[in-house]
Amino acid sequence: MASTIRVRAVAGAETTEVQSLIQHPMDSGFVKDANGQLIPPHHIEVVQFEHDGKTVFTALWGPAVSKDPYLKFSFKGAKKGDELKVSWVDNKGASDSLIAKIQ
Amino acid sequence: MTFPDVAPCGRRTALKAIAGGVATLSLFEASMLLPAYAADAKDWPADAFKQKSEADALKLLYGKSAEPSDKVDLDAPEIAENGAVVPIAVTSTLPNVTGIALLVLENPYTLAAAYKIPQGTQPAVASRLKMAKTTKVVAVIESDGKLFTASKDVKVTVGGCGG
Repeated sequence: MASTIRVRAVAGAETTEVQSLIQHPMDSGFVKDANGQLIPPHHIEVVQFEHDGKTVFTALWGPAVSKDPYLKFSFKGAKKGDELKVSWVDNKGASDSLIAKIQ
Repeated sequence: MTFPDVAPCGRRTALKAIAGGVATLSLFEASMLLPAYAADAKDWPADAFKQKSEADALKLLYGKSAEPSDKVDLDAPEIAENGAVVPIAVTSTLPNVTGIALLVLENPYTLAAAYKIPQGTQPAVASRLKMAKTTKVVAVIESDGKLFTASKDVKVTVGGCGG
């Protein structure tokens, strides 16, 4: 099964730039479906990025984050070929994780 | 020629069932072997995400109030045609940044996202937020234990919180 996480991490001279895209509906709980029923909230709560045993970035998300969330940040101390671990968990307890190679 | 379709069809169904079984199994294994680095929902500050005012959300998230600063740079569009996907970027020249939060004041709940910035990670993040209507967006930076903000008005043509 294809992962819900797509991540691209590129090591630069000083920092490694990480861009990630996660497939998730991010339902806010305020939108109605075609029958006028409210679609219950369904959104990612926590996304974590880890490099070399250390958390380098944590995102805490509410329902106001857009569908299929995009994220970009940079951190120091990684080099090409290192592993970057990405994981998320949503408000229904679903989760996914991925290990990406830094380019 | 007597039963041209049944057998292949049955075989296909069986194959599908096997494939489905394998997928379920690998998912199951993945969750069993989920390593310690997994994101933990316990970290999610549920109360802060339920607040309707900026001050209450910040108090619950950081336990203090914020002051405006020109060292917080919030990049948001002046006009967002689609409120469901508004690109927002925050950077800062402040030292020792440990957190970044984004609030959309006219949304049902003001707090949209909060980011933890450990040492070694740049005080900059870009993501996309939903906005119900034309609103003020506030970026909060936690630096040296204090909170600093920058804000910007975003005109939303089509709201992103549904109707």
